[in-house]
Amino acid sequence: MSVVTIERKVLEKNDEIARQNRELFTSRGVFVCNVVSSPGAGKTSILERALEHLAGRLKVAVIEGDVQTDLDAQRVARYHVPAVQIVTAGGCHLEANLVRDALASLDLSEISLLIIENVGNLVCPSNYDLGEELKIVVASTTEGDDKPLKYPAMFRSASVLIINKIDLLPYVPCDMAKLRANALQINPSLQVFETSCTTGSGIPAFCDWLIARSSKLAVR
Amino acid sequence: MHELSIAQSIIEIVNEHVPTGDGASVKTVRLTVGEMAGVVVDSLEFCFGAITQGTPLGGARLEITSVPLRARCATCGKESKIEPTLFVCPHCEGSELTLTGGRELQINEIELYDAEART
Repeated sequence: MSVVTIERKVLEKNDEIARQNRELFTSRGVFVCNVVSSPGAGKTSILERALEHLAGRLKVAVIEGDVQTDLDAQRVARYHVPAVQIVTAGGCHLEANLVRDALASLDLSEISLLIIENVGNLVCPSNYDLGEELKIVVASTTEGDDKPLKYPAMFRSASVLIINKIDLLPYVPCDMAKLRANALQINPSLQVFETSCTTGSGIPAFCDWLIARSSKLAVR
Repeated sequence: MHELSIAQSIIEIVNEHVPTGDGASVKTVRLTVGEMAGVVVDSLEFCFGAITQGTPLGGARLEITSVPLRARCATCGKESKIEPTLFVCPHCEGSELTLTGGRELQINEIELYDAEART
C-alpha cells in the first residue's frame, strides 16, 4: 500500500488565474466588484439604476454571468456601456477563467470600474475568486431578515451589503434592524447601503462610493 | 451545486500524481474540508463517484477530514472555535476576528493499490 503526498488546494488553478486577473486590473487601475445575491434580489436592476446615475461621471464596463440567455447584457447595454455576457450553460457560479476569457472583449485602458454580476446563487460563488477587489452582496427585503445567518460564508466574504427593495418594507415581514444586525454579526466590517430601484432611493449614495473607490485606483 | 466542478478539480490534480503504466490505481483520496468551505460533503461524494465511474479512478473513495471554524480575536489575542452564524470571540465577545481555520479545501494525499493486490 503506497501513499502519495499531494497537499494542494483543490481550487489552486482558479486561484492562480484569479491572481493573474487581479494583477491585470491593478496594473490598469480598474476597480473591480463581484456582485452576488440569490436570484431575483435585484442585481441587474441596481446595476441599471447605477449606470443611469454614473453616465458621464465614470467609465464603466459590465460582465454579466447567467446560466442561460444574454438578456441581462442586453438590459445593461442600453446604458451605452461595454457589456459582455458569460453564459455558464448550467454552471452555478463564475470562475476566474471565464472572466479572463470575457476580458478579451473589453478594453481595460478605457474603463475605471468593472462590475461583474455573478450568477444568482448565495453558496457557490463564495468559493471562486475572480480577481475582484471586493464582493458586493445584495439582499432584498422580500427574502426576509435571516438570509445572512443562512449563508454566512457569502456575507463573511463580502465587503459591501446592499439591502434592496426597501420600498416594499411596508408589505413584507422583514425587520430592517434585524437584517442589519444579522449581517453585521457575521461580518462587522460590512459597509451597508439601502436601495430601492423603483424609487431610486439609496442609488446616489452607492454611486458616490463607487466613484470614490474607482478614482482611488486610477492609474495616472 | 458546484460540487461537480470541485470533483473535477480533484480528479485533475489526482491524475497528475498517479504513477502511470504500473497498474496502480487509487484506493483513497484524502481531503481536508473546512466547515465554511461551502462544500456539501454528500454532494461531493456523489459527484466524485458519478464522474469517476469507468475511469482509472473508478471506485476510489473520498476520505474527508472536516475542520471547524476557528478564529483569532484581535482584542484578547485568543484563538478559538467559533460558530459560523455568530462571529464573536467566546472569551471576550470581541468581534474583530481573523479566521485561522474552516475555509480549507485541500487534497492531502492519495493511497494507491499495489499492482499485485488488485489481481
